[in-house]
Amino acid sequence: MRLGLVIDLDVCVGCHACAIACKQWNASGTIGPLSDYQPYGAEPSGVWFNRIRHYEMDEYPHNKTVNFPMSCNHCEDADCVTVCPTGASYKRAEDGIVLVDQDKCMGCNYCSWACPYGARELDRSSGTMKKCTLCVDRIYDEALAVEDRQPSCVLTCPAHARWFGDFDDPDSQVSRITRERGGFGLMPELGYNPTNQYLPPRRKPVIEVNSQPRSGLKESIKQFANKLVRR
Amino acid sequence: MHPAFSVIFFTVASGAGFGLFSLLFIADTFKLGGGFSQDQLVAGGLVSLGLIVFGLLSSTFHLANPKNAWRAFSRFRTSWLSREGVFAVVFMPLALIYLASIMFDAPLWLRESTGLLAAILAWITVFSTGMIYACLKTIRQWNTPLVPANYLALGYSSGSLLLLLGAVMAGLDTTPYIAMSAFIVSIAAVLKAIYYFWIRDPGLSPTINTATGLTRAKVKLLDTGHTHGTFLTQEFGYQLARSQATLLKVLVFAIGFGLPGLMLVWVFNAQGGQTLAWVAAIAGLLGAAMERWLFFAEARHVVNLYHGAQRC
Repeated sequence: MRLGLVIDLDVCVGCHACAIACKQWNASGTIGPLSDYQPYGAEPSGVWFNRIRHYEMDEYPHNKTVNFPMSCNHCEDADCVTVCPTGASYKRAEDGIVLVDQDKCMGCNYCSWACPYGARELDRSSGTMKKCTLCVDRIYDEALAVEDRQPSCVLTCPAHARWFGDFDDPDSQVSRITRERGGFGLMPELGYNPTNQYLPPRRKPVIEVNSQPRSGLKESIKQFANKLVRR
Repeated sequence: MHPAFSVIFFTVASGAGFGLFSLLFIADTFKLGGGFSQDQLVAGGLVSLGLIVFGLLSSTFHLANPKNAWRAFSRFRTSWLSREGVFAVVFMPLALIYLASIMFDAPLWLRESTGLLAAILAWITVFSTGMIYACLKTIRQWNTPLVPANYLALGYSSGSLLLLLGAVMAGLDTTPYIAMSAFIVSIAAVLKAIYYFWIRDPGLSPTINTATGLTRAKVKLLDTGHTHGTFLTQEFGYQLARSQATLLKVLVFAIGFGLPGLMLVWVFNAQGGQTLAWVAAIAGLLGAAMERWLFFAEARHVVNLYHGAQRC
């Protein structure tokens, strides 16, 4: 199994609900808590597994805002795991989920240096590295209804911009949607082979904005007179 | 990249210690300049081991959870950080046996074989230190074979200046030590110059387009989505003004390579002069520390592409 997420950049509205749901679930999850520093102070900061950034693509009038959620990509060739000197970082053979053993981590930050996607954040209160678990404490929980055995971020997304599934199965929903919509992984040139896939914004017809016809002599005089009149 | 002083101190001190030890072994084997006495060799050896141990201890200060530091020896097969620790630990007993066999007049084969093995391990350890940085594909300024080459050259050049100081203090013929220092310091300067030239050109590095996968048009960041800094901006956001970097590079060359070179000429003409040798050794270490600070400060991690950088 190769579990991962598909994120639809065409649909994401940038509401940050996935990040909030992630924080809510994982604060009491297997590698919680997710410490906050000065949550109500002047410089609020803290540990998050999921962050949403906002980009603008192209220039006016062809511009488009793209909301961009990012969490761990659970890479096939995860350098964060190979550089770890203590063996705290590991990739599960059965489903490809990359996890950090909180009892072994010594907080050297080396794995965060090796990660190009900024998926790992040091918790300063526990002194250990923390990261997205793909809600490993939820997706296998047989006490939950089958449809609830999905990561928190996927369940909560109000726009249905997130999908969860097995990329090893060519007929799974995530494999199919990635194939059909031309999904891609981030920074492929670094060779990490990220599992998570992003679906590109769809091409939409451009709305003409400079289509006013050239006005005639009568219209020009009218406009000129309009400018003269003081209202 | 945020320059952590514990790591800068660690790499400079342990590099100089390993360099000093290896060159001390060479000076002992070939009896350079008349050869050090037993006591002097042991004292020099202890200075180098002191630098190494002090450096390794200071490296644990940047750990957020040092109680698990002992586990760092467990991933020898994949992690250069683990390898460095293991090699440094294997080096120690060999170096101690070498020094003990000098002190207690052990048979020559034991002295030479442990010394040679320890010197080789010293080389491998400093190489591993460089590879910790060079193996990261995320930082183009580090992902080059010039990095381990620089770590080795600078370790050995500061070690050779310390050895010259020892030779001057012991009253040996300084000519072979000056020649050795001059040779190693110039190699270090040349390698550093090539490195600085090399990292000027971004080459085929990731851009904001490949980082977001939006390759069909220009992309710019509108909002990072957080109010204040995060771990990522604190660890990787450090940015050095180009003019400041250039000034520091000039200082690295003037203090780290130029001043020791000048002192070498002076020591050669005076055939001695402890103050001059002290200046050379301290300038060498200071230059190496500035070089190391710059090495971290100039490194741009690709995660900056998600915080607004167009190219890393």
